[in-house]
Order: sequence, then C-alpha cells, then structure tokens
Amino acid sequence: MTVKAEKFTPDALKIDCKTELEKISETLRKCLRQFKKRGIIVALSGGIDSSVVGAIAVHALGKERVLGLFMPEKDSSGDTLKLSRLIADHLQIEAVYEDITPILNAAGCYSRRDDAIRQVIPEYDDSYKCKIVLPSLTDSEQYRFFSVVVESPEGEVKKARLSADSYLNILAASNFKQRSRKMMEYYYADKNNYIVAGTPNRQEYDQGFFVKGGDGLADIKPIAHLYKLQVYQMAAYLGIPDEIQQRGPTTDTYSMEQSQEEFYFSVPYDKMDICLYAKNNNIEIDRVAQATDLTPQQVASVYKDIEAKRTATAYLQSPPIMIEKVTEVNTKNF
Amino acid sequence: MQQDYIEKTRSFVVENFLFGDADGLSDTTSLMEAGIIDSTGILELVGFLETSYDIKIADSEIVPENMDSLQAISSFISARLSGRVPELEL
Repeated sequence: MTVKAEKFTPDALKIDCKTELEKISETLRKCLRQFKKRGIIVALSGGIDSSVVGAIAVHALGKERVLGLFMPEKDSSGDTLKLSRLIADHLQIEAVYEDITPILNAAGCYSRRDDAIRQVIPEYDDSYKCKIVLPSLTDSEQYRFFSVVVESPEGEVKKARLSADSYLNILAASNFKQRSRKMMEYYYADKNNYIVAGTPNRQEYDQGFFVKGGDGLADIKPIAHLYKLQVYQMAAYLGIPDEIQQRGPTTDTYSMEQSQEEFYFSVPYDKMDICLYAKNNNIEIDRVAQATDLTPQQVASVYKDIEAKRTATAYLQSPPIMIEKVTEVNTKNF
Repeated sequence: MQQDYIEKTRSFVVENFLFGDADGLSDTTSLMEAGIIDSTGILELVGFLETSYDIKIADSEIVPENMDSLQAISSFISARLSGRVPELEL
C-alpha cells in the first residue's frame, strides 16, 4: 500500500529526543541488569554515531560506568584521534588508547591488501594511498561494481576496476581492522565485567554496512533503530561538540579520504536516509523525489538498491544457522 | 552460435551462483532482478566472459543492456566477437 501525504518532507523524521533518550537509557540499564554486567565499552571513532552512543551511555549509567576506546591505525585520518579525545573529554569518561597498527601488521592486513591492489595496479606500493569506490547510483545505468583508486606520492591518481578475486582479497584484508578493534573491545569488556556497545545507525544496520564479527558484533546496539538524521537530532540534543556534528560520514578504513557514499551507499546520506524512511513507510515515489531533489527514476533506483543490499547482506545479519533448535537455551526474549 | 554463448554462460551461472539449482533461470531472466548476482557477482561474471572469450570489457559496457540476462550477454558477446561492436579503449 502506498501512503499519500499532503507533502512529504524530511520533517517526517523528527523525533522527541528526550523521550528517545529515556527509552534507550532504560533498555541499557535493563541490559546490564539482565547480563549482570557493571558498565559498557564504547569504541570512539570521533564520528557522530559513537559520540551519541557514548553520551547516551553516560546519561543512562553515569560516566564512571562508561569506558571509551581509541583504536586508530596507520590509515586512520588525523581527525580520528583528535575528535575521539574531544568527545571523551567532553563526556568526562575514562578512555584507553590502543594503536592497532602492530596487530594489523602481524596479521598481514596491509601486505595482503597491497598484494591484491597490485593485481590490478602493478606499480602500487605502500608509499601510495588507496581507497575502494562504487559509482554513484543516480548518475548512470551502469551496474555498480567496485574500483580501486590509488594516489602516488607525486599526487598522480589512478583508478581501475577490480577483479572479483582482487576485490575479495582487499575486503578480507581490510576487515582485519574492524575485527581487531572488536577483539580489543572484548578484552576491555571481559577485564572490567562490562558489555560492548555497537554503534551503527539504522542506515548502516539495515543496509548491512558492517563487518560480521567486527563492528557488527556487540551486546547492544543503542541507535540501530534511528535514522542517521535522527542521530544528528540526538547529537544536538545531547550537546555533542559542533566539530563532531559537522564531520561528514567517513569509513576511515582506507588511506585516501573516503566517504560512506562513495564506498557503499552511492547516495548522499541525507537523501539515502529520506529514501529509506519513505520506502519503509510506503511513501509515494513522486513525493519522495520532491523531498530529495532526485528524479522519480532515481528514487526508484535507490529503492531497488535498498532491496538489493538487504538481500546481499542477509548473510551478515544472520545468526549461525542451527540444524535443530536447542530449546533449552536461546528461548528467552530480551 | 548465440545459443552456444547462452549455454556456456548458463553453465557458469548455474555452477557458481545457483549451486546446480537452475529452476527459474530462462534465457531472459534478469540476473539482477532475480537476485542471482550482486556487485561481486558482476565482477565474477565479467571476469568469466573476458577469460572465456579473450576480450576486454570496458566499465561503460557493464550495463543491463549487455549483462542482465543470458540472452543479453549472448548478444553482446556475439556482436563483440563478430566485430559489430568494437573493443572500447580501456
């Protein structure tokens, strides 16, 4: 069924932040009570999502029960550590610094990734910067496949389509980053008898923008039901520093600066957010087009891509498949 | 000849993406719409075509018109191999 509204605008995504904050806080406290844990680990990236989760955790549990982690590595942007420290100081929480570069070196993260890039750009070496990109969803009829972009020390930029093998090798090697971070988060969680927070917003959660066993792994995901535009509302309500509120969504995974849009979503996050909300609420495509400055055809493409990503990432969302139910456990709903 | 291209591609698709279950895969089934291939699958399919027919496929040729069904792929390969569609500079 399609819903006909008088006029559809981004205001449809407005939330009552006070009520939302109390709702999430209550669930956080309930989670700790049920799991008999004493606090929460929040990995801080200096981005809006982890900052909001940190602030909510402080509101819900008190600053003494929130431990922040800074886990940059050699490809992280310079802003990452600076803004992570800024939010930890702002929230007055204890935070631990763990440079994960040595772990990644030992695992062969960088060398395996670089070998894979050389399959398509032979001259590439570790003096270059790199990133992986997808074409824009709204610009052409072209299928969306991954390319690698490299920048030489002299500033020469080169782009090449990846083979399936090179793409999967780069992905597998890069995923060491998220998985190493999660390993460190659980080290501190076990050490302190804490739980681990996941920090995806709804866009990321719905569209499978996470690494299974990496940033996708958590004991609670406090903002996974909130659209990105709603996370920004919460950030303003919670008084997150402006510098963090104004930072664009970034993957912070590759050495060249890379937006989430060019790596995964192929549409600016605000338009993506409105399309996702509209699709979930059966809003007419023409009205969505007006609200987003996209053409109806482009909105239809985004809708199609949302479904395609849900299908493609079902594997990421799936818990382990059991051949038979073990009814003695896993029967309690939280 | 076009039927040969279709059968060869069908074998690849059935073996690699469908694990032997070819139910519902006709010559005109949309590989994307049917959820048979995704963005990684497209790269695999293009790699298969380039290797099998010793051709280079430009990014701009990886469009639904050329790749969305066994029929479309067959027409594209046929046109390329007969020289009706020249190889684009990569």
